[in-house]
Parts: sequence; C-alpha cells; structure tokens
Amino acid sequence: MSATTFAVENTLLRTATMSSLRLRGAYLTETKFECLRALRAPAFAIPFLLLPLVLYVLFGVFLAGSMSKGDPTISKIMFVNWSIFGIMGPGMFGFGMFVATERGQGLLTLKRALPMPPAAYLLSKIAMAVLFSAMVMVTLVVAALALGHPGFTAGQYAGVSLLAILGSAPFCAIGLFIGTLASAKSAPAFANLAYLPFMHLGGLFYPLPKSVQPIEFLSPAFYLDKLALRVIGAPSLDQLAMGETGPSSHVTPVLAVAVLAGVTLLFTALSIRRLARVG
Amino acid sequence: MSNECLAELSGVSKRYGSVVALDGMDLQVRPGELLSVLGPNGAGKSTAISLMLGLQQPDKGEARLLGQSPLTLEARRGVGVMMQDVALSPELRVHEQIELVASYYPDPLSPDDAMAMTHTTALGKRPYGKLSGGQKRQVQFAMAVVGRPRLMFLDEPTVGLDLSSREAMWAMLRELVHAGVSIVLTTHYLEEAEWLADRVVVLAKGRVIAAGTVSEIRAVVGHKRIACSTSLSPELIASWPSVQSVSLERGRLQIVAGDAEIVVKRLAVEDSDFRDLEVHRAGLAEAFTELIQEPAQVLIHESTQEVAS
Repeated sequence: MSATTFAVENTLLRTATMSSLRLRGAYLTETKFECLRALRAPAFAIPFLLLPLVLYVLFGVFLAGSMSKGDPTISKIMFVNWSIFGIMGPGMFGFGMFVATERGQGLLTLKRALPMPPAAYLLSKIAMAVLFSAMVMVTLVVAALALGHPGFTAGQYAGVSLLAILGSAPFCAIGLFIGTLASAKSAPAFANLAYLPFMHLGGLFYPLPKSVQPIEFLSPAFYLDKLALRVIGAPSLDQLAMGETGPSSHVTPVLAVAVLAGVTLLFTALSIRRLARVG
Repeated sequence: MSNECLAELSGVSKRYGSVVALDGMDLQVRPGELLSVLGPNGAGKSTAISLMLGLQQPDKGEARLLGQSPLTLEARRGVGVMMQDVALSPELRVHEQIELVASYYPDPLSPDDAMAMTHTTALGKRPYGKLSGGQKRQVQFAMAVVGRPRLMFLDEPTVGLDLSSREAMWAMLRELVHAGVSIVLTTHYLEEAEWLADRVVVLAKGRVIAAGTVSEIRAVVGHKRIACSTSLSPELIASWPSVQSVSLERGRLQIVAGDAEIVVKRLAVEDSDFRDLEVHRAGLAEAFTELIQEPAQVLIHESTQEVAS
C-alpha cells in the first residue's frame, strides 16, 4: 500500500454518511474492545471477577452454613446479598476509574475529535459492566449449585441474576459521575468512598443496628437488595434479626425501582452535562 | 461545501478567564496544502486546532470544518487526528487500536493497509502499552491515516522518532499531500516545517502575525550571511556599503549584509585570493525568532489571502 493508492481511492467521490451497517459495526467494535481491554487489565478483572466468588464461598456458603443450623433462609439471603455486592464493583470502578483515566490522559479528547458515534462511549462501558456482572452471576450460580444449595428454582436463579445485572445501572451512573469529577489517581479512592458505605448501609453483610437504619435509604444497594429478596420471598438481614420471615412491606417494588431509576437518571444526566462542559 | 477552505477560523476569539488565547483569529486551511502552524508556547496553536476540531467553542467568530460545524459527525468523518500526550488503552494490541478507529469512518483503509503505509505492520500484534514512545507515535499516525481523511491535524507528529522513522514519516506526509490530502502540522521543529510546509502561519499572542510560503517567511529577515577566508581586514569590510556586521570565527570572516551580491563582487575585486565562499539566506528558524520578537506588528500579509466573507 502506498500513498498513490491512497490518492486514487481518495479522489473517488466519497460520502460522509455511514451505512447503518457500518454504524452498528462502530458500536459493536467499540464494545468489543472496551470489554477486551477490561478483561485484559488484571488490576480490574481479577478483583471484580474473583472477589465476589471467594467472599460468597467463604462467608455465604461456609460461615453462614455453619451458623444457620439447617435453616435455608440464611443461605438464600447470602446468595442474593453477595450477588448485589458482586455487581456493584464493575459498575462503580469500571466507570469511575476508566472514565477518569481516559479524561486525564487525553483519550476522551481524542475520541471527541474522532468521528466516534457519541453514544458509543457510554454504551460500550455499560456493555462492559453488564458483561462483568453477568460473569460474576455465572460464577455465583455455579458456586451456589455446587456448594451452597440455597434451594432456588431455575426461575429464581434467573430472576435474581437478571435483577442484579439490571441493578448495576445506578452504580454505573454513580461511577461515571465520579469518573467525570476525579483524576485518574483519585478516582479509586473516591469510588471506594461511595462503594464501602453503600455496601455496609445496604445491609448486605449483617443486620444493621437500629441507630443506623434511618440512613439505610441512602444506599442504592439497600433498594436493590430488597427488590432481589422479593424474587426469592426472603426477608432482609435486618428484618430477619427482628424476627420477620417475609419480604419487606416498607420498601415496595415500585418505590425501589423508582429510586434506582431515579439515581441512574440523575447521575447520568449530571455526568453528561459535566462531560459536555468540561470534557 | 466551499471548495476554498477545508477548515477555517473567522474572526475567532477565545478567552480562558482573563487570559486571551485567541484574539480575532482568521485562519484557513486550503485544499491539498501542508500548512504548518508555528508559534511560541502559549501563542494559541492548540486552542486554534481545538476550535477547528470542535473540541472547544469560540467566544466570538466562527469555526468551520469541511464546510460544516465541527460539531457534526459528518465533518469529523473527513478528518484524521494525531494529538500530543494521548495515552491509548495499553491493553489493546496495535492492530486493535487501528481497527477501532477505522470503525468510526464510512470508508476506511483496512488496518493492514494503514499499518503497511506507516511501517507499523511488525508492531501489529503487540500490546500498545509495551511500545516505545516513537513506536506509539507511528501507531497514532496509522490511526490518523486509516479513515482516509481529506484533512489531517498532526500535533508534533515526529516527537520521539529516530532519524529514519522521522524521514519515513516526512516522506509519507509529502506523499499524502501529493495525493490531495490537506495537512495541518504543528511542530516545534522548524526544520520540519521548513522541509514540509507549503505554507506557514506564525501565531503570537492569539493572532496570526505572519502567513506565507516558507520563502516568503524567510524573506522577513532581509539580510544574508556570507562566510569566507580573505586577507582583507574585518575593519575594512565593515566600512563597505550594505555590510551590517563582520566577525572573525575560527579563522573565517562572517559577514552579515543586506545585499550579499554587492559585497561578494567587491570581495572578488579587492582580494582575488578569497576562498571558501558560502552565502546563506536566513532560515525559517531565524525568521521565526525575528517575527516573534515583534509580535504586535503584522509583518506579512499574503497577497493571495482572501477575506472571509
């Protein structure tokens, strides 16, 4: 190939419009490489793919199993709660760290100068977070079937998995917002600053003391957990500690979905506004 | 679309707080030319390019790219870009980086062709993060070329390249221009601009202070330098008309003269044994230094430059 060939081709009448096939190709290529590079980044892929599995087996299967004295409720709740934990990380850190790095190191600016379809940037990252969430759910379901025996139906496994994957949306949006504010170096710290309180306030690991319960509502994980527990008809750890046996009557599915959708929309809108203004 | 300009800034001003980055700038990129944008740090080069690419919006005036707003995808689909200080995903391989950029364009080269053109085929399977600085520049060049753009913006493309890679890139740039591609080149290497540019614009303090061909810009420096070995005394030569200064360096006289021909003729008459004659006109570097010392004054107006309507 030489520039002469380039010249001949270059003089052909070319159009600046993309066929819908090529446009779809651009979205798919962006998504493919976003997923590939996340899978190839050991500092990202190893903790977020392995940690949920290891912690679920350790705490959700063995520790909870030895404490439950044959009652399957605890092992059911544990599966759901570690699923929620598992999908929070890829969304928050995937968006937070990658967006902050790409902003700080000029890649986002280059992509804005290039004719990348504008939605491809966010959609490819969402696809990456969905892929990681799905991989987490597959490992957790396999571990549950092999070791945990929570006694779910196939429909319940599918329902919890689907809800967990969809439920990563608000965490992606919050991660994106952190990515638009923080530098590449501070993004993991800021992401942790949100991730850790969300996790603990969500009531995922232990029943929260009564004094803390009034601020549980600040964590999106709290609502997602309530929604997912409803699929399997189990109470949350808080409720269990108070002797309840069924799903929460305070947090209705409509309220939970509204809060999660609201958080997603709010932080996505704030992020897009900031990206458009500051870049 | 206007055939006159591929990219254009008309009366563009841009401030960052109290700092004026561009002050009523007019700049045109014409079809099939390699335009080199020169200027000291802070002159407004990066801002001017950012505005043409739609990365920033002018406070006043208008930026056009391929006859459209630079914000439209259609306009940017005709443009290839190579920026400074961009860190691409280190995990992706070279051919993957190029394939990704190719996917944004309606009718790109194949990644293999783009790598062959830019001598990066051997790097294709290597992760980008493992490349040397010079190799990364070559890959970024391949990414700028792969979309078969009509217009390319290249910001310091040869930084970090070894001599042979730099010459290969220069040759490729000339070939691309020959093929009808317009190129906007920002560089700190004045020899690069001197060697490649069809036209040069010099910016200072957010304004175009000079624009023209390389020889027009060089002509800003009116004098020439004469070097020779002669038995005549420097004091004598300094008294001749048109001679501005004379100095003795390593046994040779260095004469700066407004009209070199007159001085050389007289040298030949008064010292028939004078040897080692060299006459240099000022290089672009010298002209550039002189130009930016007087940034307030518009020193050259292009005779061919059209007023933007």
